[in-house]
Amino acid sequence: MMAQAQSVADRLRGLGGGKSKGAVETSSLTPPVLALRDLVVEIPTRHGVLRPVDGVSYDIHAGEILGVVGESGAGKSMAGNAVIGLLDRPARVASGRIRLNGERIEGVSPKKMRPLRGKKIAMVFQDPLTSLNPLLPIGDQLSETILAHLPVSKREARARALAALEEVGIPAAAERLDSYPHEFSGGMRQRVVIALALCAEPDLLIADEPTTALDVSVQAQIIALLKRLCRERGMAVMLVTHDMGVIAEAADRVAVMYAGRLAELGPVAEVLRAPRHPYTHGLMGATPLAAKGQARLNQIPGAMPRLDALPQGCAFHPRCPKAGPACSFSAPTPMRMSADHSASCHFPMMPEPEAAPL
Amino acid sequence: MLAYIIRRVFQSVLVLLIVGLIAFSMFRFVGDPVENMLGQERTIEDVERLRDNLGLNDPFPMQYWNFLSNALQGDFGMSYRQGRPVAEILMERAPATLELAAVSGLFAIVFGIGFGVLTAIRRDGVLANLVMTVSLIGVSLPTFLIGILLIYVFSVELNWLPSFGRGEVTQIGGWSTGFLTESGLKALILPAITLGLYQMTLIMRLVRSEMLEVLRQDYIRFARARGLSERAVNFRHALKNTLVPVITVTGLQLGSIIAFAIITETVFQWPGVGLLFINAVQFVDIPVMAAYLMLISVMFVGINLIVDLLYVAIDPRLRSDHSARGH
Repeated sequence: MMAQAQSVADRLRGLGGGKSKGAVETSSLTPPVLALRDLVVEIPTRHGVLRPVDGVSYDIHAGEILGVVGESGAGKSMAGNAVIGLLDRPARVASGRIRLNGERIEGVSPKKMRPLRGKKIAMVFQDPLTSLNPLLPIGDQLSETILAHLPVSKREARARALAALEEVGIPAAAERLDSYPHEFSGGMRQRVVIALALCAEPDLLIADEPTTALDVSVQAQIIALLKRLCRERGMAVMLVTHDMGVIAEAADRVAVMYAGRLAELGPVAEVLRAPRHPYTHGLMGATPLAAKGQARLNQIPGAMPRLDALPQGCAFHPRCPKAGPACSFSAPTPMRMSADHSASCHFPMMPEPEAAPL
Repeated sequence: MLAYIIRRVFQSVLVLLIVGLIAFSMFRFVGDPVENMLGQERTIEDVERLRDNLGLNDPFPMQYWNFLSNALQGDFGMSYRQGRPVAEILMERAPATLELAAVSGLFAIVFGIGFGVLTAIRRDGVLANLVMTVSLIGVSLPTFLIGILLIYVFSVELNWLPSFGRGEVTQIGGWSTGFLTESGLKALILPAITLGLYQMTLIMRLVRSEMLEVLRQDYIRFARARGLSERAVNFRHALKNTLVPVITVTGLQLGSIIAFAIITETVFQWPGVGLLFINAVQFVDIPVMAAYLMLISVMFVGINLIVDLLYVAIDPRLRSDHSARGH
């Protein structure tokens, strides 16, 4: 555990102050691959309407990895499900915009959404053990996905399936096309899952906790693989995780979510090094990597409120050390901290001057 | 794989030996056949001579061995009541029962799986709810009542279909089939529905609940997320994964379709082995009863063996487990 924390801290240091590549340069020329504007997801229940995602806005550009981080129940996965149109009923997109390459895709019919899935937007789930159909050889699962999206012959689809397996680093891929999922290890299965998600060359990959179910050593390999594929293909990646280490390792920018709302959004180095939202600050204090040699990790007192019992004003204020009177009745809107860094807080943290040489 | 098959076959043979023992002991414990065969005017010598002729004085294992080896050669002895070889009587009757069981089994599987998938996919649809409600009737009404109701509606009131018998049959070799004539096919409909209805609703409800379970799985979500068509998701991915438990129950149910054809055959006066068995019970015709027991158990065991092999064909995980242990 200690060694892991140490290595993550090293990685953080390596990030330095440099801007993440690809993120900002392309934005002025082409629309972002994914643009969320004030996205609201609602779940009607007997006791009223819950809002697991409440007014979230962010962009993801080609070749960029956006880390979406937060506690379980913060709405990070729900936003991803809304984008790919796989919200479980009765959850639904209540308002806001989802644009894919500039085109609105929220609320389109299932008939129009289906061809986008896999072809434009792909998704990888948490558990590779349960993500694959146990009764079909992986080659068949790959071919059927390719045939669903690309106008190719069966033989061509199989050739592409083989290429997809090779690309994600499955050794002796040709012999493994006819293997069944249970014949692979966990890490190899997640590679197969990634190959499946990417075999029709989507523009956007939503990776929902892709490393959570894996061993630590395998986690790093999968993260490296995702980073490589993102750079090589110029793909946009939404990396949903609760693991700050994964964020530090992989993401270009990070979106911190709390109780369905966006707490902070900015370049990963800046946010992790000098968080502006007290919640992000608390998260960093509670994460081994950023706890700058403290003997003990700081805890954030209390727990994230349930969606049916959200406090008025800022959802974080009952747990917030900096909360003032305004926080309990007025919900903060995102405020610009720097060119591409914003935080939703009435009393944002000021960057500590001595924090610069970490 | 081969080791697995051999082990299952060995187990099946063991089951049949035990059933054979039970069938055989009926001869010894359900009355004395000698008493039944000889009239009032018998002498002690007659009794002894007959006992000797029938081999009843041999030691028990010896008798059992003779019974088994005869049964293996298709010799189940003579019917007490008809005075003809039991094997011959069974061969006359078996086609009627097997054809009825095959048709009602097919009916149960096709409609059971079809309705099961329908009610699972369109969970809130009007048709799905209707089917689910009607299926309650199928599980709760006893077979004979369903048969009588069908006769009343389709034979008595509407006069569309015959109420009893097999219609015209055609002889092909030693097999009498009702599949080739119109009256034979018509006569099949009502008994087949009566016999298969319960199994159909059972299979349907099982397919539905299994399917609902499978549709919640991650790999179904992932299949959707990859943009596969609804049809591919529902049938290629979901239905196939529901099949293992469904095949288990279906296999057992097919066995009981044959075994419990008795009631349906009685209601429709269907000239099959079930009716033969009922008559045999009335007249304590033990050789017929014993042969019937053996026949039914052979079918049960045979179907179960097929079911076990089907598992392996469907689920690759079983395949590798067994080959890992077997080699």
